[in-house]
Amino acid sequence: MATTAEGFDAPTAGHGGDHSHDHADHKPGFFARWFMSTNHKDIGTLYLIFAIIAGIVGGAISGIMRMELAEPGIQYLQFWAQFMGGTSDINTALHMWNVFITAHGLIMVFFMVMPAMIGGFGNWFVPLMIGAPDMAFPRMNNVSFWLTVAGFFSLLFSLFVPGGTGPGAGVGWTVYAPLSTTGSVGPAVDFAIFSLHLAGAGSILGATNFITTIFNMRAPGMTLHKMPLFVWSVLVTAFLLLLALPVLAAAITMLLTDRNFGTTFFDPAGGGDPVLYQHLFWFFGHPEVYIMILPGFGMISQIVATFSRKPVFGYLGMAYAMVAIGVVGFIVWAHHMYTVGLDVNTKMYFTAATMVIAVPTGVKIFSWIATMWGGSMEFKSPMVWAMGFIFLFTVGGVTGVVLANGGIDDNLHDTYYVVAHFHYVLSMGAVFSLFAGFYYWFPKMSGKMHSELLSHIHFWLFFVGVNVIFFPQHFLGMNGMPRRYPDYPEAFAFWNEISTYGYLIMAGSMLIFFANLAYAFTAGRKAGNNPWGEGATTLEWTLSSPPPFHQFETLPVIEDHHDYHDHMPRDERPATA
Amino acid sequence: MMGHIHTRLKLGLIALLAAAMAVLAPQAAIAQEVVGADVPASAEPMEVPAGETEAPDASSGYVPMDPVEGKGMPTSAEDDIWASMTFQDQYTADGAYALGMHDYILLPVITLISLFVLGLLLWVIVRYNRKSNPVPSKTTHNTLIEVVWTIVPVIILVIIAVPSITLLARQYETPPEDAITIKATGYQWYWGYTYPDHGEVEIISNMLSDADAIANGEPAQLAVDNRMVVPAGVPLRIQTTAADVIHAFAVPSLWFKIDAVPGRLNEKMLTIEEPGLYYGQCSELCGARHAYMPIAVEALPMAEFEAWILEQGGSLPGAEEAAEEALPLGQETGVEVDADSDAADADIPAP
Repeated sequence: MATTAEGFDAPTAGHGGDHSHDHADHKPGFFARWFMSTNHKDIGTLYLIFAIIAGIVGGAISGIMRMELAEPGIQYLQFWAQFMGGTSDINTALHMWNVFITAHGLIMVFFMVMPAMIGGFGNWFVPLMIGAPDMAFPRMNNVSFWLTVAGFFSLLFSLFVPGGTGPGAGVGWTVYAPLSTTGSVGPAVDFAIFSLHLAGAGSILGATNFITTIFNMRAPGMTLHKMPLFVWSVLVTAFLLLLALPVLAAAITMLLTDRNFGTTFFDPAGGGDPVLYQHLFWFFGHPEVYIMILPGFGMISQIVATFSRKPVFGYLGMAYAMVAIGVVGFIVWAHHMYTVGLDVNTKMYFTAATMVIAVPTGVKIFSWIATMWGGSMEFKSPMVWAMGFIFLFTVGGVTGVVLANGGIDDNLHDTYYVVAHFHYVLSMGAVFSLFAGFYYWFPKMSGKMHSELLSHIHFWLFFVGVNVIFFPQHFLGMNGMPRRYPDYPEAFAFWNEISTYGYLIMAGSMLIFFANLAYAFTAGRKAGNNPWGEGATTLEWTLSSPPPFHQFETLPVIEDHHDYHDHMPRDERPATA
Repeated sequence: MMGHIHTRLKLGLIALLAAAMAVLAPQAAIAQEVVGADVPASAEPMEVPAGETEAPDASSGYVPMDPVEGKGMPTSAEDDIWASMTFQDQYTADGAYALGMHDYILLPVITLISLFVLGLLLWVIVRYNRKSNPVPSKTTHNTLIEVVWTIVPVIILVIIAVPSITLLARQYETPPEDAITIKATGYQWYWGYTYPDHGEVEIISNMLSDADAIANGEPAQLAVDNRMVVPAGVPLRIQTTAADVIHAFAVPSLWFKIDAVPGRLNEKMLTIEEPGLYYGQCSELCGARHAYMPIAVEALPMAEFEAWILEQGGSLPGAEEAAEEALPLGQETGVEVDADSDAADADIPAP
């Protein structure tokens, strides 16, 4: 159902290229456009490209880790230690391992998932979905992006300077004191901390930008309760960022002063306490995991509704379930610290509070299924990724209920069971929603159709690959294998080997993803305004693909017609036109 | 549930006996490398059959216990694929309770929920695809079902919460007055075990090299030179702390894990139900050799534990007080006795 929206989308007519030098489509020169950008779509594109590059780096590091873990003993770490400019000394090699786990975690969290979800899709589609011409603070938007890039370089730089027993910061993404203070001599940890400062500052600026945009720049008629769920998810995420990141900034600043200026916030010798750092970190860290998944929830809602040709079931429940998850997410942090020596009442409270999160999450899972129920489903590439997401996120969610029990966690804490759990919710939850969103919006962003066949092959290989990687890690964890180990007793060999094979399958699927991109840009069909049919009812589908450089110069008007999800402006609808 | 625990214990015992019999066969005489300098030179190098849980007579000296396949250690998939996919057998009452809660409540519930969601997804794929259902319904609300899928998970969570809270209460029981205190201190990258009730004996425990571990008949990367020897069947007050960075004292087959934090003294009760050798590994990232500071807890009958502690130059609680009273004021007693100090032995009266 190709639609044009004459009223507010002037350049649509010129999309064919005849009279394209419309003022709305006037683009600055290359440098000004990509390095000094104030355009939300260009900045979104930059974020996505950045996230893909960071994802390649982070994913390659996990390949190095799986290679090392394929069998017991230390096989390759000496090589990598020398490769990175260290010595072949065994302690340097083992330190290299800690550098890898740290870099993998930080890159995937701060430089892949967050930039892709919020910076990439958030920037691209929040203004489009609410009918706004751009973000509220376009220049600040650019600052956010380049701060993130600077943060990434600071982290990469840390790999080449001393960090204790070898080059690089080997402290884990959690940067626990005192390993990160007295335990790591040399500037590597300082650069890693500074990297978090920069990325965090970028995210805080981004969050204020999104909140302002969503509260002030919605098109006439689009009340909060008519916003698409993706916009809701970004709004909730932005609040989480705004409230959580300053706490992280404070905690890591205290680390810096402990390291360099003689304070003892986390040093018992001066009256400090290492556990204080953990409380501060996880007060940020737990909301952070919802920051990584909530925009995914929003995307899945859009996609499931689109391909079921049915509005989202229980729209208000879905929106407020995200709000509830965000609120409860702030009061469960100590479930990451069950073994630090909490007292019994604290542990009981955090056990109960943590389990509560399963309720709004369950509401979301069941609402997605109810959206499909009675629908007319079409299994296009975004939809298969969305359905994969729903199942795998459920699996990751239920192991979260197991871990929520403080008494059970005594055995599972810091084992591979935890690694399996959070990769099911992130590597499969967040990443599946990223791929779903990518395939959903790629035609809109690029104006080209990707190959459905390659997308489906990518899906199935990736699905099998990540399950083969991570399902056996539940077994390893229950059997007692601690996480962050480069080497292990013989008994853990079998499932580790299987897990490494899974990595190869997953890596193969990524080649297909990039082949698909190459195909789309070279031979892909031109995408119409709305390639997904009548189920796609949000405003971005009324625009050309790709949308004009500046859109909605005349604001679209959203009518009140008792249907939360049909945002097509009035002249779109045949009956009322 | 308690019935289940007993069954599990029985199964564990049977497995233990079977393993013991298997190893008692001719090849039993694996050369025993006596580790540590603390074994008196006069002690005959003894051939202790592997799996024998009754150690030799107290007077004949401590010989490190041989491990029993599948007890207190992870199981490889080649030996038993099912055992390699789940928890290790438990040798504490709380561990058995927790394992029962996992096996009989949590695991069935999470499996059913996952299969339920998978089933619903498969059903909508079959029933509500474009061919089967060309015209979508316009239903967007159903208050009843929304209330149901909110309330039912709440009920399930309450059902889980009851044993979960009970388990926490059990795990936090205060140790009795006479519980034996053992302090585990994490260092980069080894453990120190101090026995404050027994003359402050300190044992330093380093990982054995893979070759030494295998020569000892122990699993590589789990074996240590000097084990944390404790009495079985009595409550222990385990205290943990660390000297440099955070470590974590963890033994999976005892369902026991507690962080060792510099500047803090964490405490938790542990009662090991039967003699045996229980392996664990440091479970908090502590720097380069984080993977190489395992924990080996050897639980012995009380008499053998007492003999061992005396061999280490320690004293028995009552005896030490008596000795202190006998000594003139200001004279040091046997506190801070080195693990390998032979001279200390002479000062301490026999039990």
